Amino acid sequence: MQTVKKPSTRASVVIVGGGVTGLSAAWWLARDGVDVLVLDAGLIGWGASGRNGGGCSHHHSPLFREEQRLWPMMDELLGYPTEYRPDRISIDLTEHQVSIDKKVVDEAAYYRLRVDLLDAQQVRDLVPFAGDNVLAGFYYHFGGHANPHRTLQAYAWALKNLGGRVLEHTQVVSIERQGDRVTGVRTADGLITCDHLVIAAGPHTGELAAQLGVNIPLVTARAEMVVTEPLPLLDIGGVDGNGLYGRQTLRGNLAYGGGPHEWVDLDDVRGTRAHSTPLQCNIAKRLADLFPKVAHKRVIRSWAGFIENTPDGRPVIDRPAALDNVTVATMSGVGFGLSPASGHAIRDLVVDGTCSFTDLSTFSLSRFAALEPDWQAIQGWLPLPAHGA
Amino acid sequence: MKRPLKDTYYDPASVAGKAPPISDETDILIVGAGPAGLAAALTAAGHGLRVTLVDENPVPLDTMWEEVPLHFGGRMGAAVANRNSVLQSLLDARPEIADALEAGVDVRLGTAVWGLFPQQRTTAWIEGAVAGLADDKDASLLRFKQVIVAAGRRDMGLAFDGWDRPGVMGVSAAHRLATVYEALDCQRAVLVGSDTHALATAHALTSNGVQIVAIIEQAEQVFGDQALLGLLVEQGAQVLTGHVVREAAGDALGVKRITAVAVDAVGNPVGGALTDIDCDTVLLAVAAIPAIELIESTGCSTSFQAERGGHVPDTDSAQRTSLPFFLVAGDCAGVWASKSLDDEIARREGRIAAHTALAALGVDIAFSDTAPLPDAVVCDIAANRTAWVRASTVHAQNQPFVCQCEEVTASEILGQQPPRYLDWTPTDAVLKSTMISSLQDGSPNPDVTKRLTRACMGPCQGRRCREQVATLLGIGAGVNADAIDLASFRPPVRPLSMRQLGQIEETPQMFSRWDAWFDMPSQWTPFWLCTGQQTVAKRPQDGVRLNHQAQNEG
Repeated sequence: MQTVKKPSTRASVVIVGGGVTGLSAAWWLARDGVDVLVLDAGLIGWGASGRNGGGCSHHHSPLFREEQRLWPMMDELLGYPTEYRPDRISIDLTEHQVSIDKKVVDEAAYYRLRVDLLDAQQVRDLVPFAGDNVLAGFYYHFGGHANPHRTLQAYAWALKNLGGRVLEHTQVVSIERQGDRVTGVRTADGLITCDHLVIAAGPHTGELAAQLGVNIPLVTARAEMVVTEPLPLLDIGGVDGNGLYGRQTLRGNLAYGGGPHEWVDLDDVRGTRAHSTPLQCNIAKRLADLFPKVAHKRVIRSWAGFIENTPDGRPVIDRPAALDNVTVATMSGVGFGLSPASGHAIRDLVVDGTCSFTDLSTFSLSRFAALEPDWQAIQGWLPLPAHGA
Repeated sequence: MKRPLKDTYYDPASVAGKAPPISDETDILIVGAGPAGLAAALTAAGHGLRVTLVDENPVPLDTMWEEVPLHFGGRMGAAVANRNSVLQSLLDARPEIADALEAGVDVRLGTAVWGLFPQQRTTAWIEGAVAGLADDKDASLLRFKQVIVAAGRRDMGLAFDGWDRPGVMGVSAAHRLATVYEALDCQRAVLVGSDTHALATAHALTSNGVQIVAIIEQAEQVFGDQALLGLLVEQGAQVLTGHVVREAAGDALGVKRITAVAVDAVGNPVGGALTDIDCDTVLLAVAAIPAIELIESTGCSTSFQAERGGHVPDTDSAQRTSLPFFLVAGDCAGVWASKSLDDEIARREGRIAAHTALAALGVDIAFSDTAPLPDAVVCDIAANRTAWVRASTVHAQNQPFVCQCEEVTASEILGQQPPRYLDWTPTDAVLKSTMISSLQDGSPNPDVTKRLTRACMGPCQGRRCREQVATLLGIGAGVNADAIDLASFRPPVRPLSMRQLGQIEETPQMFSRWDAWFDMPSQWTPFWLCTGQQTVAKRPQDGVRLNHQAQNEG
């Protein structure tokens, strides 16, 4: 992404965090003619925004309807390709997996969306990689998937075309305030003043908000995915199952993840990349069992990413009550697919003070008012001891 | 190593208590049985410690066809199909392997290390340090205490029209096929590049029946060893300085002829100055690249060091990297001319690394070796690579694919153009100029380019195009290639089938609590069922699996 060299000392809205959530919010604001500047401590999309399964199907979320409305239009709206493709299939190899999918069926019924129950042969017809071990499946006539990297860059390029700015390698060292108002952010290059501050900095959202006395309970974890060599294209590339989430890219690669996560200290995330581990073997095995007809195809890379989580795993998109001009946002590990809608919601909070298209009360900070101080230990969200290092 | 504290409660859906299954253990693991690795193994043996030496050769034929780990260019002779005869050739070519066996070293040939996984912060679930091994059939995990990586070198790729034909190959790949496999299918070769490493390797090939018919060098002079150059000329090599390969022509079986073109100081072709040369092989020898895939993917710090041939691990005089258990030796720690001429330098690094590893494990023995220092730099290697890529690739006539796996041309890389399968072009000039400006402003990042253009993202894992892409980004941004960040490597650093990688099984602990994503029902509770305030005190404290049914956590 472009690094703007000219000195940036002021913007109407400063957004800290160049992930999909911050960039989408910036793009939505720029569409309204707002002078917006996005700051990223490193490269845009280098956190969870660029390291996820690309799913666009979050029926549990109050942002779902907006997510579904926007995705089919995103290529046109942004002017750049996102590789969005509609629909999802879930393959179940066990009764337990079928029971998990029933939750999706219930939620689809709430929205009156179509779900087809598939028998084993129908699954194999739709997904020729599947094998004799299929028990059943579901075809969801909603949701979909997109390419996270391409989408991320599309937001950034579209933002630039609307006059928005992005500064990479620019870490916020402190936030300046006068009374209940934030007046700007200080970086190594100096002060940038603003009328409104949006904090959407992934795992670092909590520590930045804490500078303003706003408590956002967050813990960071590491998760992993694998990628195979390209395979013949499926008609529906968004196929989940066997404890995995993922997609077939339009190039043909299978990109899948799943399995246990590792809780980490935020201090240990700085200056390191998220390493993948032998968990990739377990993901590969589950993928081979999900798609036995292509189990001989090769894994050519793996990746890992750091994701922040709130105590209930639900997002925070809110304007902290004690401050006049601040919006905070964390998507709690489920942010990519919802980004067209989350950016819209943030734009609404910044400009109008309230969301125009859905009720965000379940994303409010106030729900944590009664949270135990030692909630992290109660849930066991603790880093394991590391020898020496 | 510390175990999780007994009285601490850990999230049962996390990696806690699910460490990967280890099939074997060793004290000192040595990766690569070339001169450096063998010297390390022979030094480390005999002190009461378990020493394990693995070498990827013989590489499975399927993998060789993917141009992994070297650019073999389809020039594997029939003998490579016979694994036993290749093993015998390998043992004959490197008699020290038998010495190592004799000395009690656990030698595993035909075994690749596809990842090294130390316990460190953020990967603390690993117990100790673990190596992922794979042979032609199986995969397993080996725990080790110290590792010495002596992974050697590979050849920089260089695109020109027809470079995807069989017969265009790396000079180190040819040397390995000739010496380790006794299976190089090549008679008449053109050498592209003329540094000492190129000349020395080519000269070694002449004793395997290869005739070097021409040496092509884009610069106005040959910087490599003049005595070696003289020997090759004496044996009939034509020297074309100020030239690059315009095209490699041939048929489905491979190269039959190349056309060389004279280029001026900025790489532009000089009109009419074409030379046709009959050959069956083109040996790419523009640059010998330290093979740091395993080193970088583990997290050792690296930097571009011109005197060591490019991106190499940052090391000290004891062959230590930035990771405390991780040592390097041989060409992967740096390639320079005198090292290419004398294996003793790599051996010395191997011995030093072995002493360092022994000392770390409590065996302190006196030794007199001091760390070899690289030669003084004779030319700006980043500028030299840039000149090659500009003259050969940017000025090619028919837009050859720089990334053969993903079919990406130089202009597509410079334009940050989305891949061909999208069949997408910007609808107006503004959209297009924004894409290009992202390369021109600031320092372009090859990892970003990978994601946007897919260059380096194919089954050869970027081995053929990585340095070319970095050089192109430097050309696009107007900076020297040494200012471009190294694109990251990630395990498995060897393509491995899902089935083979999956031989490392889920432990029962992992199987009992596997979830696609965090196993946190409240995360997926539909918003219309969410009420009230969040508190976690009533969470179950045992390892019982949570029910996935929608539930109200409110």
